[in-house]
Amino acid sequence: MLDSLARLGRSGLGALERLGRAHLMLAGILQGLPSLLVRPGLLVAQVYNVGVLSVLIVAVSGLFVGMVLALQGYYVLSQFGAEQSLGVMVAASLVRELGPVVTALLVAGRAGSALTAEIGLMKATEQLSGLEMMAVDPVKRILTPRFFGGLLSMPLLAAMFSAVGVLGGYFVGVGLLGVDDGVFWSQMQAKIDLHEDVYNGVIKSVVFGAAVTWIALFQGYDAVPTSEGVSRATTRTVVSGALAVLGLDFVLTALMFGD
Amino acid sequence: MSRMRTMEILVGAFMAGGFVALFFLAMKVSNLSAETIGEGYPLAARFDNVGSLKVRAPVTMAGVRIGRVQSIRFDKTRYEAVVTLNIGKQYNTIPIDTFASIYTQGLLGEQYIGLSPGGSQEFMHPGDELTHTQSALVLEQLIGQYMFKKAGEDAAK
Repeated sequence: MLDSLARLGRSGLGALERLGRAHLMLAGILQGLPSLLVRPGLLVAQVYNVGVLSVLIVAVSGLFVGMVLALQGYYVLSQFGAEQSLGVMVAASLVRELGPVVTALLVAGRAGSALTAEIGLMKATEQLSGLEMMAVDPVKRILTPRFFGGLLSMPLLAAMFSAVGVLGGYFVGVGLLGVDDGVFWSQMQAKIDLHEDVYNGVIKSVVFGAAVTWIALFQGYDAVPTSEGVSRATTRTVVSGALAVLGLDFVLTALMFGD
Repeated sequence: MSRMRTMEILVGAFMAGGFVALFFLAMKVSNLSAETIGEGYPLAARFDNVGSLKVRAPVTMAGVRIGRVQSIRFDKTRYEAVVTLNIGKQYNTIPIDTFASIYTQGLLGEQYIGLSPGGSQEFMHPGDELTHTQSALVLEQLIGQYMFKKAGEDAAK
C-alpha cells in the first residue's frame, strides 16, 4: 500500500521534472535564435529535412482527403439538394481543421520521429557530450535549427495540404459528380473568409508545428541513451505529439470559432 | 558543395510552393478577390426588427453589393435596432429618401440589406441616417397571420 503510494509520488515528481526540463530546453532553444540568424545554412538543412522531405506525403494525403471529403460531402448535401455548397464544405473543413491537424499528425509521424531518433542516437553515441567538450552548446547548435525548421515548415506544409485538398475536391466534385464549375468556386469564395478561416488555420498550424517539434526534440534529448531508450522515445514522440495536436486543436478551435 | 546547392534549391522551391499555396488559399478559396469595396463611409439605419441579420452581411442596391453591415446595436431609448452600414466610397450618390429593407437570400438563406433608391436629388452624407426602413420578415409571424386569416375565413363560412 505504502509502496504503491510512493511509486505514485515518484512518477508524479518525475513527470513534473520532465515538464520542467522540457521548458528549460525550450528556453535554451529560443536563446539560440540570434546565433542561428548568423548561420542560416543550418536552418536551410533542417527545413529540407522537415519540410521538403514531407512534401510528397503531405500533398498525396491532401489530395485524397479532399477527394474523399467531396465524395462524402456530396452524399449528405445532395439529400438536402444543397450540392452547390460542396465547395464551401470541402474548403472550410480543409482550411479550418483538416489542413493543420492532419498535416501536424503526418509531420509528427514522418519528421518528428526522425528528429527524435536522430537526437537520441546523437546522445547515445555521445556526440552531444562531444560538442560540449568542444565548448559548443548542443542545444543552440543542434536543437535550435531543428525547432525553427519545423516551425517554419509546418504552416507551409499545411497550406499545401489545404490547397491540394481543395483541388482534389474540385476534381471529384466538378469532374466526377457534376457540380457546376462556377458555383463551386463562387460559393466557396462567398463563404470562406480570409481572416476568420485562412488566417486562423495558419495560426493553428504554427502552434502545432511548435508543439510537434518541441515534443520530438525533447523526447530525443531526454531519451535514455540506449537503443531501447531511443526506440521508446520515438514511439512517445508520435503518441504524445498526436495527442498534443488534437488537444490543442480543441482549445484553439474553441478560442477562435467558439462564439 | 553541389549537394548543399541542390538542397538549397529544393528548400527554396519548397518555400515558394508553400507561399503559392497560401496565395491560392487567399485569392481563389477565400473572399479576398471579391473584397473590392475597400474604404467606405458609414450610414445608419433604424429597424424595428433586424431578424437574424449578421455583422458583415452584404448591403446591395439593384442586387449589386455596395457595402457591408458594420455593426448592429440596440437603442434602449427607442427600442429599435441601429444598424451601421459601411458603403463603398465610390457609391456616394445615394438619394436621401432611399428605402432600406432586410431581405433573405433564397428561402432559408442569409439575410442582407437591400437599398431601393428614392427620387431625391439630394444625396446622403457620411454618418447620415436612412429614415425609410422595412424590418425583416419573421417566418413565424407570417405563418401566424396566415393561420389567423385562414381561421377567420373558415369561421365566416
